[in-house]
Amino acid sequence: MLKTSLIFIGLALAALCFADLAITTLHPWMELGRMLRGMATPDFMALLGIWRAFVNTVAFALCGTFLGVAAGLVLAFFFEYTPVRLMCAFIRAIHEIFWAFIILPIVGLTPTCGVLAIAIPYAGIFAKVYAEIRQESDQRPLQGIPAASSAMSRFLYGSLPVVYQDMKHYTAYRFECALRSSAVLGFIGLPTLGFHLETAFREGHYTKAAAILCAFYLLIASIKYWAKPRFILIPIVFAFLFLSKEIYFSIDNVRRFFTYDILPWPMRRQGMLDGTRAVAYPWKDVGAWVLTVFQQEGLEGVWNTVILTQIALALTGVLAVVSFPLACAHFMGRISRQIVHWILIVVRTTPEYILAYVFVQLWGPSMLPAVLAIALHNGAILSYLSSQNADLVELRVDAPKKRNNRYLYEILPRVYGQFLAFLFYRWEVMMRESAILGILGIYTLGFFIDSAFADHKLDKAIILILITAVLNMGIDTVSQVIRRRLKISTKLVTST
Amino acid sequence: MKPVTPIRNIKGTDCLFELQHVNVSYAQNPALQDITLRIQEGETVAVIGPSGAGKSTLLNKLYEMRPDDCAFVHQQYALVPQLSVFHNIYIGQLDRRTAWYNLLNLIRPRKPVVDEVMPILDTLGMSEKISAKVGALSGGQQQRVAVGRAMYRGGKVLLADEPVSSIDPLQGEAVLDLIVDTGKTVIMALHSVTFARRFAERIIGLCAGRIRFDSPPSQLTQEDIDELYLTC
Repeated sequence: MLKTSLIFIGLALAALCFADLAITTLHPWMELGRMLRGMATPDFMALLGIWRAFVNTVAFALCGTFLGVAAGLVLAFFFEYTPVRLMCAFIRAIHEIFWAFIILPIVGLTPTCGVLAIAIPYAGIFAKVYAEIRQESDQRPLQGIPAASSAMSRFLYGSLPVVYQDMKHYTAYRFECALRSSAVLGFIGLPTLGFHLETAFREGHYTKAAAILCAFYLLIASIKYWAKPRFILIPIVFAFLFLSKEIYFSIDNVRRFFTYDILPWPMRRQGMLDGTRAVAYPWKDVGAWVLTVFQQEGLEGVWNTVILTQIALALTGVLAVVSFPLACAHFMGRISRQIVHWILIVVRTTPEYILAYVFVQLWGPSMLPAVLAIALHNGAILSYLSSQNADLVELRVDAPKKRNNRYLYEILPRVYGQFLAFLFYRWEVMMRESAILGILGIYTLGFFIDSAFADHKLDKAIILILITAVLNMGIDTVSQVIRRRLKISTKLVTST
Repeated sequence: MKPVTPIRNIKGTDCLFELQHVNVSYAQNPALQDITLRIQEGETVAVIGPSGAGKSTLLNKLYEMRPDDCAFVHQQYALVPQLSVFHNIYIGQLDRRTAWYNLLNLIRPRKPVVDEVMPILDTLGMSEKISAKVGALSGGQQQRVAVGRAMYRGGKVLLADEPVSSIDPLQGEAVLDLIVDTGKTVIMALHSVTFARRFAERIIGLCAGRIRFDSPPSQLTQEDIDELYLTC
């Protein structure tokens, strides 16, 4: 494990040589001062005017998660079939924001776009996790079910009760993620919190931005009070009713999107010039066109995305390893531990995208804001989980009294396996995020995808999104291989 | 070769199972060899022998012969710990009702089913535990629920594969009392020779897939038992 860790740190150091970490703004620290002053004096009255954005944020998350769960449940039943598994891997390899970009031309900036952008990738995630929960669950109760029972009855009585708690916990965790996704979708124009957050930051209304962020934290922290699993259908029905007025869907748009808009340019060129919108099949030109897109934008995007991901991955690990003792009962007193816990909660509740957005405002677009945003958010998650695991370790009476010895010889070796497993588990998530942060002007895949959409070049955007998806699926596979080789698993983490 | 005896015996009860020189093998490994035995209705039979002797295989073979007449008493790990006592017993008839009815009954117990299950719980002495989660019960109580499931399943024969091997002897006794008192034909594989002697009218000793002895407890000597466990 040490060797693997060192290799990845070495890779990150090598990547640093190629990374653009420049600060390009003229007065980076002056703006930070204004921002901090604003954060200290949140203007809660500003929230009254944007209550709709709050309801939208919650409604998108509720409806998106609901549809994702429904589709995921069905897909989980067929997860042993390779095509289903591949399809799920594919749809979850594409970030919610990219899905929103894809759906946008079909339905416009409507709730349908926001809900589907969450529901589609989440369906892939739920299918995978539900199937894994079922595989790893206790199979023995199934032996007691009469052999002639229908498959449905077997599932209802022999499987569902056994896996229900795990599924419920995971779904609740995902719903929190969906709230974050929903808020972030506002940054690309959907009517959620992110929209007003972006406006407030762009216009320098930091007191308003602070109020929105505070309210967002409260929203997340209070989930367990307003989204009780037992009564979850009530808010879901209200969410659908609330959004239903603006639901927009046109089958013609769907058809045009798939059979015309996303076709590679050489197929449409002649028809476009003639004004007939006819489609031709010049395969050779299409091949050349795809190759050009790949060489001119894909390669650079992939390179930068990978560089950014590797630096962020290593920094996340370092941050977590250094910070988790601060939140751990074996090293810190109650009060200082509580303070660290609150900081970790705030940092991990803030979506990477928002962190990166703020940093870009301060320092200008380079890899620096992106690396910091990804490493802080993921570092806080990992730090929290590792400190939880470390708290479970029972030290013997004669354990080293000195904190550094205790850390190096007792605690770290015991939690390192799970820590590393979880870090590699987050690798794919970080890569998805690295690609997305391109929208903020960093030259990762998201930058080129965003530009292609802005130029209405849907064909190019789709090719680049496909490249992103394949890259993510590749990283996911590599991560699995490494975890299997090192024989480490996140099991203890997820079960506690 | 012994003459084939008629299916009806002197007492006038039915012969439920008749095996003549039966062999069963798994992936070419013989699990049962040359088994010949008859079991009458109303008998209480214990099958003993070291692990791997073929006890489970024999029970499964008997089940396959009359699946509609047999109910299995599973070990408690085959219960669903997250479900209530009521639902765990109901599972015994899961295949006799539609998936839709099963779903409704899972969400809210149906009155007719409760009326059927209640007498069984009375027999088990567990009517107060009807809504308790099985995972929260003691091992002995869980094993009683497993007996209740088999009783609810119905049929003339109770098959039990080591029904009390994972609970303490005191609770084990209570469970075996229940099983024997159902008044059905009982065939159980048992770990404990003491229990076999106490609760069965007939003990079959299995060794490496063959029947070593088949006789009432009174005719079995300690040497027979020792030989079974030591030389196998």
